[in-house]
Amino acid sequence: MPTTEAAPAARTVADPAGDIPAGARRRRTFEQSNRRLKWAMLAPALLFVGLMIVFPLVFTADLSLTDAFGAVNAGKEHIGLRNFADALGDSRRFWPAVERTVVFTVGAVILETVLGLALAMLMRKPFRGMRWVRTVLIIPLLTTPVAIGILWLLILDPTNGIANHLLTGIGLPPQEFLGSVSQSLPTLMLIDVWQWTPMMTLLLLAGLTTLPEEPEEAALMDGASAWQRFRYVIMPMLGPTLATALVLRAVDALKTFDILYATKGPGGGSDFEVETLNVYAYGLTFDYQEYGLAAAVLVLFTLFIVGVVVLLRRRGGRKNA
Amino acid sequence: MSAPVTTAPSAPASAARATAVRRRRTRSLLRGTAITVVALVFALPLVWMVAAAFKTNVQVTDPSVGLWFRPTLDNFRAVIEAGQIVRSMGNSLLVGVISTLLSAVIAVPAAWAVGRFGMHRTGSIVLVARIVPAISLLVPWYYLFAQMGLVGSYTVLVLSHMFVSVPLILWIMIGFFAGLPVELEEAARTDGLSAFGAFWRISLPLAAPGTATASLLAFVFSWNNFMFALVFADESTQTVPVTLFNFISYASTDWGGLMAATTLITVPVVLAAVIGQKYLVAGLTSGASKG
Repeated sequence: MPTTEAAPAARTVADPAGDIPAGARRRRTFEQSNRRLKWAMLAPALLFVGLMIVFPLVFTADLSLTDAFGAVNAGKEHIGLRNFADALGDSRRFWPAVERTVVFTVGAVILETVLGLALAMLMRKPFRGMRWVRTVLIIPLLTTPVAIGILWLLILDPTNGIANHLLTGIGLPPQEFLGSVSQSLPTLMLIDVWQWTPMMTLLLLAGLTTLPEEPEEAALMDGASAWQRFRYVIMPMLGPTLATALVLRAVDALKTFDILYATKGPGGGSDFEVETLNVYAYGLTFDYQEYGLAAAVLVLFTLFIVGVVVLLRRRGGRKNA
Repeated sequence: MSAPVTTAPSAPASAARATAVRRRRTRSLLRGTAITVVALVFALPLVWMVAAAFKTNVQVTDPSVGLWFRPTLDNFRAVIEAGQIVRSMGNSLLVGVISTLLSAVIAVPAAWAVGRFGMHRTGSIVLVARIVPAISLLVPWYYLFAQMGLVGSYTVLVLSHMFVSVPLILWIMIGFFAGLPVELEEAARTDGLSAFGAFWRISLPLAAPGTATASLLAFVFSWNNFMFALVFADESTQTVPVTLFNFISYASTDWGGLMAATTLITVPVVLAAVIGQKYLVAGLTSGASKG
């Protein structure tokens, strides 16, 4: 080993443009010897993802073109795009489900972003008991969604719940909450806001701690008000974090299932009042065995989510890879 | 902490400074109050749930009882004696531990490869897995597993939970490995370790906190998973969220029992949150600043 010292040094010096002969050569051999290893390390995970995730997607796409229905081992035939025509022409279940998915996601995510940002700004500077407040914030994120659904069913019970007890206590009329068709979706949005605002807060807090302090101090010196500092100094710097947080949360909100199904049951209630695309596709598959149609709905749903991600990423401006 | 001098440079005006101090004090009082209110908003519903678990069924349905009552263990006794929740917790534990271990074994080395060699194009497959609705994986797998007669087995549950935990662990660990200094590994290489040896002896031990965080989160998400178990589990392999769900449908009047069951399954999660707060926050927020 004559060159013990050279290798680490070469790594730090050899940048993409560098043509330091010895260092570059050594670096190349280092990477060559690693090429086989890196694929070996990656193979099991790639195989799993390919087999368990990519393959099912292809299968779903194929299934959406068939008339698969009923028993899983019954034959199926390719029928072209008829399932898509059926889904897109269905104004009784499909389009209302699209609308609910959009309303739920947009409403919940906007509230979560605004509240999450407010909480993050509130908790930004250290304070006593910070550890405990953070612990309180992560508990809703980690609690079983079904348990959260049950917990709110108890609190919001129209006749025996504490929520109506408190409302009438301050002179407001009692509400039906999850017991009514019109209030179910807004109520579930608020439950989602309760559960997921902490996620926004934590993501934004993580982003805030990485921001440099100088711009804000400079603004302070120049006499900028708290609001001006927030609006014109912090917000632009926080942009990329905010965009990423928004994408993550929007994707998860679009796919919300557990709490809707747990509180309202199959079909999202008697009037399908909380039936989002996810709940609809679930019902088609496992309650009605309409595999072909369900697959078509899922393909549309997946394209929809991908579209939202692309849109948000583009609007989020800067690439933050 | 950054505490720049907020008062204007007008030194002689001590009265002005006094008002500034007073204003700052009111502001920090307001901030403390706001933070307390926020903490209560997030904590009280869960406190209410735990309290309800210790109430009789008459007390649960009487909201005026509040938080001051004589606690009873009857709900817990009844729920545990009925047996299903205990069996389900066993199932959830088994499925959670096995799926998390298997996921870590395949995802951690892969994350190292992606983080070390900058294979971000390959790594972005992970993003796909995070975007795709889980149910679009469920339908084909149900379709196939049902034909193979595998629905209801632990194998299928473990595999389905790995849909979530493999991408999750990859996601967290790629960032973690990318943050470890590459020089350590290279020094080990020049000292005669193989590339794998450098991973195994140097990077893996250094990545232990990250692996622990990722695995803990993967376990929690497996413990919480409802949809996969709803489809793939049968009565003997049922996991806790499904058991809870069945409680709503069949015993919706037994609020005390229901709350005892939800409390039982929430306790492990709360313990994890209290003990691993710092790491869990890091794990949950990883990727936000890196995309």
